[in-house]
Amino acid sequence: MASFWSWWIILLTVASFVGLTWILFANRKGEPGGTEKTTGHVYDGIEELENPLPAWWFAMFVITMVFGVAYLALYPGLGNFEGLLNWTQENQYERDVAKADEVHREMRDRYLAMPVEEIAANPEVIRMGRRMFSNNCAQCHGSDARGAYGFPNLTDDDWIYGGSPETIKASITQGRRAAMPAWGSVIGDQGVSEVTAHLLTLNGREADESLASAGAKTFATYCVDCHGPEGHGNPALGAPNLTNGIWLYGGQVEQIAHSIRAGRNGNMPAHEELLGEDKIHILTAYVYSLSH
Amino acid sequence: MSESNPEQIDLQEVAPAEVGEIDLYQRRERIYTRKVEGYFQRIRLYTGWPLLLGYFILPWIQWGDRQAVLFDLPARKFHILGMTFWPQDFPMLAFLLIIAAFSLFAVTTFAGRLWCGYTCPQTVWTSIFMWLEQYTEGSRNQRIKLDQAPWSAEKALKKGMKHGSWLFVAFMTGLTFVGYFYPIRSLATELLQFSAPLVAVFWTGFFTVLTYLNAGWMREQVCKYMCPYARFQSVMFDHDTLIVSYDEKRGEPRGSRKRSADPSELGLGHCINCELCVQVCPTGIDIRKGLQYECIDCAMCVDACDSVMDKMQYPKGLIRYTSERELAGDTTHWLRPRIIGYVLVLGLMITVFCWQMLTRIPLELSVIRDRNQLYVTTDSGAIDNIYTLRLVNMDPEMHEFEIGIEGLAGAQIIGETEYTLNGGEVRTINLRIRQRPEQLATPSSEFHFTVKATDEASLHTRHESRFVKPL
Repeated sequence: MASFWSWWIILLTVASFVGLTWILFANRKGEPGGTEKTTGHVYDGIEELENPLPAWWFAMFVITMVFGVAYLALYPGLGNFEGLLNWTQENQYERDVAKADEVHREMRDRYLAMPVEEIAANPEVIRMGRRMFSNNCAQCHGSDARGAYGFPNLTDDDWIYGGSPETIKASITQGRRAAMPAWGSVIGDQGVSEVTAHLLTLNGREADESLASAGAKTFATYCVDCHGPEGHGNPALGAPNLTNGIWLYGGQVEQIAHSIRAGRNGNMPAHEELLGEDKIHILTAYVYSLSH
Repeated sequence: MSESNPEQIDLQEVAPAEVGEIDLYQRRERIYTRKVEGYFQRIRLYTGWPLLLGYFILPWIQWGDRQAVLFDLPARKFHILGMTFWPQDFPMLAFLLIIAAFSLFAVTTFAGRLWCGYTCPQTVWTSIFMWLEQYTEGSRNQRIKLDQAPWSAEKALKKGMKHGSWLFVAFMTGLTFVGYFYPIRSLATELLQFSAPLVAVFWTGFFTVLTYLNAGWMREQVCKYMCPYARFQSVMFDHDTLIVSYDEKRGEPRGSRKRSADPSELGLGHCINCELCVQVCPTGIDIRKGLQYECIDCAMCVDACDSVMDKMQYPKGLIRYTSERELAGDTTHWLRPRIIGYVLVLGLMITVFCWQMLTRIPLELSVIRDRNQLYVTTDSGAIDNIYTLRLVNMDPEMHEFEIGIEGLAGAQIIGETEYTLNGGEVRTINLRIRQRPEQLATPSSEFHFTVKATDEASLHTRHESRFVKPL
């Protein structure tokens, strides 16, 4: 706050305070008004009586004023004056968070020392994990973790980067950056059609046989390095299994062809700084429990 | 001055009259109430005792393995006998309070401030404290004398006993009150062992101090200056409302006389000006001045005056429950549109409330759609929508529930549909629903989630939601 406005507020506050105090004390005593017991206000023949306030109300006024002075001295209220207690919303929030952290630290430390497979059966861990999942993961993977177009289903047995506790934890901690190159310019439109046909046959779907056999050769040249000779994929590289009917980017013919032609660059963000090791451990257990 | 114009009256130097400034705030005058017995005080006693016993004993009664009446704020569960209410039931409480307020208005229209005079906790606890005061310090005159007397061992003893007994009653009141919100058996033992949680100690102390101050020190000041009901009760009064009133026609002119004297010969009314009605009044007013806002309809003056009338062998009822119309020489109209209206509306509200209570289904389902992705297209071209369901079993018993959908023909639920929930359990359930897009007429279709207990036919509910497909 600019110093002018700070002083302006201080002036208003102090002036009101002094004014109110003056009004209170100036009106405390008065001339005796004789036997007149009405204020003179009349409406519809109803007169307003002048019943005096009880004396203890005066004491209450004084108490509120003392309270007001003490409050303004201790807490920020007078312009830029910060108050003798140095209280702010932020430091109260930080204190409370620190307190809550301390309360929960012991529990998280306890779980952190236990293996994921063990705590994945603990209902308390699952409850916490579900809440973290809703806040951090459900935006992409869905609140039921069954995934969506471009975001893998976490409840089945198909894992692009591996489904062991260690690899799940690594995926959450460091994130994952997929790099399926665009093959359109390398193998041409004809090549894309051929490889697509080959993939369809790998999945037991109908395809032109001559196209498929040509595609198998192209596959053995370009795709085998990552997806393996039989197309079972390689979790170490994040190359998905192409034979189980699960398609991250859609299993329709044109969708498969598009993935080959233009490539895919899925991106799972890293959560290490966002969540910290102890929360990631619990989240790992939750994700692990979804398929076990 | 003597040389001045003879037509002018001589000025005289006169000292101004002593006009001291006065305090505009009213000093409180101590009210020393005189003990009174009689018909209406017996009514107060016989109606008050059951209510007080109920208040003090209720928290100690057990229901199964828990307290019969317990408002468990941290768990947000409110147990009343066999029923457990949840925050979701709050409209019921609001409804109940509206009924209570309406009953209060109806009673006030009919019979004035009966609530204030007989059942208001402020009056009841003030009466208890006055009784303790009478017991420890003696009668009205003894108390006035005691207060004026210099401090002595006897005075200190009496005062100590009075405040000690007040504090004891106040503490029992505070303990009982907190006992409705915190299990009273553990509260009592924890307080005795000095191991009660700070918050329980604080609130017990808080209500102890407030009871002590209210019933011991504030008394009629609460009714006169704090209670809003006292201020707006006059709008419910009409000419036929029962009020405690002095029969001016019969009583005036008032004056003392011998018991044997015939008042008509002396030119006097029936009021012997004994001031008993003033001395017994807990709010310190003189009822003979007419209806005043301080009057709480407690009828102490009625009993006091009746006892005097008995002694004088005059008919009772110089001060009595009567109405303005009756005082004016007419008769009170009992059945009047206002009263009939109040009774009808009250009856209707109570019926609706009871019906609501009896048909209450202790089960709640809420549904949240995933919004980050309105829909998911599967490999096979079907459409998935994802939902988070929250199922609350508000019944104290364990039940098995089955989730279904209505209004989405041919759709399939992906995920578990059968759940077993403990009594009072809240379960979050994630489901998706799969539907072929060609079976959906509109981009957004309304349907319902249903849930029913497989082991209890009366436990079922539904919740509306929407299914979205690509345009």
